[in-house]
Amino acid sequence: MSVIALPHPETTGRPGTPRWLVLLTRRKTTLVGAVIMAVMLAVGVLASVIGGDPAHMDVAGRLAAPSRAHWFGTDDVGRDVWSRVVYGARLSLLVGVAVVGLSFLVGMVCGLVAGYYRSLDNVVMRVMDGLMAFPAIVLAIALMAALGPSVINVIAAIAVVYSPRVARVVRGSVLVIRETSYVEAARALGVSDVVLIGRHILPNCLSPVIVQASFVFAAAVLTEAALSFLGVGVPPYVPSWGVILAEGRLYIQQAPWLVLYPGAAIMLTIFGLNLFGDGLRDLLDPKIRGLATERQRVG
Amino acid sequence: MKTYIARRLLALIPVALVVATVSFVLIHLAPGDPASVIAGPDASADDVQRIQRQLGLDAPMPVQLVRWYGRLVQGDLGQSIFLRKPVTEAIHDRVEPTLLLTLFAIVIAIVIGVPAGVLSARYHNTATDQALMVVALLGVSIPNFLLGLLFILFFSVWLGWFPVAGYSPLEYGWAKTLRSLVLPAFALGLVQSALIARIARSSMLDVLREQFITAGRAKGLGERAVVYKHALKNAMIPTVTIIGISFAILISGAVVVETVFNIPGLGRLIISAVLRRDYPVIQGVVLCIAFLYMLINLAVDLSYVLFDPRVRYQ
Repeated sequence: MSVIALPHPETTGRPGTPRWLVLLTRRKTTLVGAVIMAVMLAVGVLASVIGGDPAHMDVAGRLAAPSRAHWFGTDDVGRDVWSRVVYGARLSLLVGVAVVGLSFLVGMVCGLVAGYYRSLDNVVMRVMDGLMAFPAIVLAIALMAALGPSVINVIAAIAVVYSPRVARVVRGSVLVIRETSYVEAARALGVSDVVLIGRHILPNCLSPVIVQASFVFAAAVLTEAALSFLGVGVPPYVPSWGVILAEGRLYIQQAPWLVLYPGAAIMLTIFGLNLFGDGLRDLLDPKIRGLATERQRVG
Repeated sequence: MKTYIARRLLALIPVALVVATVSFVLIHLAPGDPASVIAGPDASADDVQRIQRQLGLDAPMPVQLVRWYGRLVQGDLGQSIFLRKPVTEAIHDRVEPTLLLTLFAIVIAIVIGVPAGVLSARYHNTATDQALMVVALLGVSIPNFLLGLLFILFFSVWLGWFPVAGYSPLEYGWAKTLRSLVLPAFALGLVQSALIARIARSSMLDVLREQFITAGRAKGLGERAVVYKHALKNAMIPTVTIIGISFAILISGAVVVETVFNIPGLGRLIISAVLRRDYPVIQGVVLCIAFLYMLINLAVDLSYVLFDPRVRYQ
């Protein structure tokens, strides 16, 4: 058998392209997911350029069907739905990024502490278990009831809901890594706890965490839309996909575009994140499949 | 087995304590004094004090917490501020639609999800498989409330097949109830069926790679017998888990979908309580759903024993 003649499929590709990029773009579905996310990112960032004023009302032109002037039609007070959807993308991205950042900061600290200091494990993880005993959306609703409607509070509430899920994944990895011989060696050399955790343990438990990031992002976007749809998320004057849908629900017979366009935006975003997340998982964490991923996806 | 169940039940106690504590803390998270928030901006100092006494907020925190545990043990969730009746009664009045909706949805999810996953695995890497999995991924990408709105648009507004919204209680006949729940149950169940299909497929694929499947084929069993008799049974273990998880998710999903279809269940109850700042009701419903959720998760864990005799619990 000649095995040396063939180049390894993972290393083919144009020379100079980073290996991770080759790997990530090898699967078409991952690429599609990445493209969808890139488009959404561009729309969100450029919202003020490609969209008009999302709050401008034109009562005379209310509930107008999609046309050249209003690509996605207008709502019940004559606001341009395209502009509102575009600004909604900005809000969703903001919430997604902020929730991922916040819940990963809290979740990773808790997970590292619980996994490394066995004496604290019980206390930290019982609190996390308690928070996870609530269904995500119900806990988020309850937190919003206490905090009151605002964008910051939505971010905080969703981050509280998802931090324990991150913490659990991190703790699981730490428990394995802390028993490895390189950690033992570092400890024998007298490395301090902070350096040990930061330099030796943390980098090695990042893969499953990165995979989870895309799912937490998707969950954050979904939860924000659901909360705002229910009227307990962002205040009604903020253009959010959930708010647009809630208003559109009342006019679904006369103006279906009020539901269809923001709905399509949510679907496309989540679809893109799921495709990308699946690809990322196969790349970084091929051992986790099936049930474990679905558990991550559902939150 | 018995000791395992007992141990699992005992393990629920600390979680239940944390759950009770979290729902207690929630009411105190509100910026400022919850009593004045409840009373509203125009309330007089007397009103605020009356509400404080009514809710027992005038006692020190640890005392309040102990009282809260004590009342919970007796099954007392307090009085609704707005509805002027016990919270347990309010929950009791609203639980029927939510439970029926959840049950209906889980049936739909299983009936569609399991066969789709099995088919997809049997015709692995064919057009059937790929088409089913793209649909399933689309399915997990649609939020249930959005699917509900789309259903209203297509089946109620455009086709006129179902009522746009509303719920017909069981006392007016189960046929009417069922009809009023068709769209919301599909909106909830289809999304979960996508999840179940994905799991059923991947666990079928894992099982089909096992040696006893090769052995079955080698001894001349038909493909049908191999897939549906030998593989399916073994692939059901992870699938049952995800069905249990789905069931738990559906309860909270129902909370959202009820708003879309104006169904007077627990979801509507908690949302209207949030809008009216009726904190005892919020606490009560949250606690009630969390306990249901815990019990379902326990049932799922216990069901392993039934489905997989290899699983031994020490």
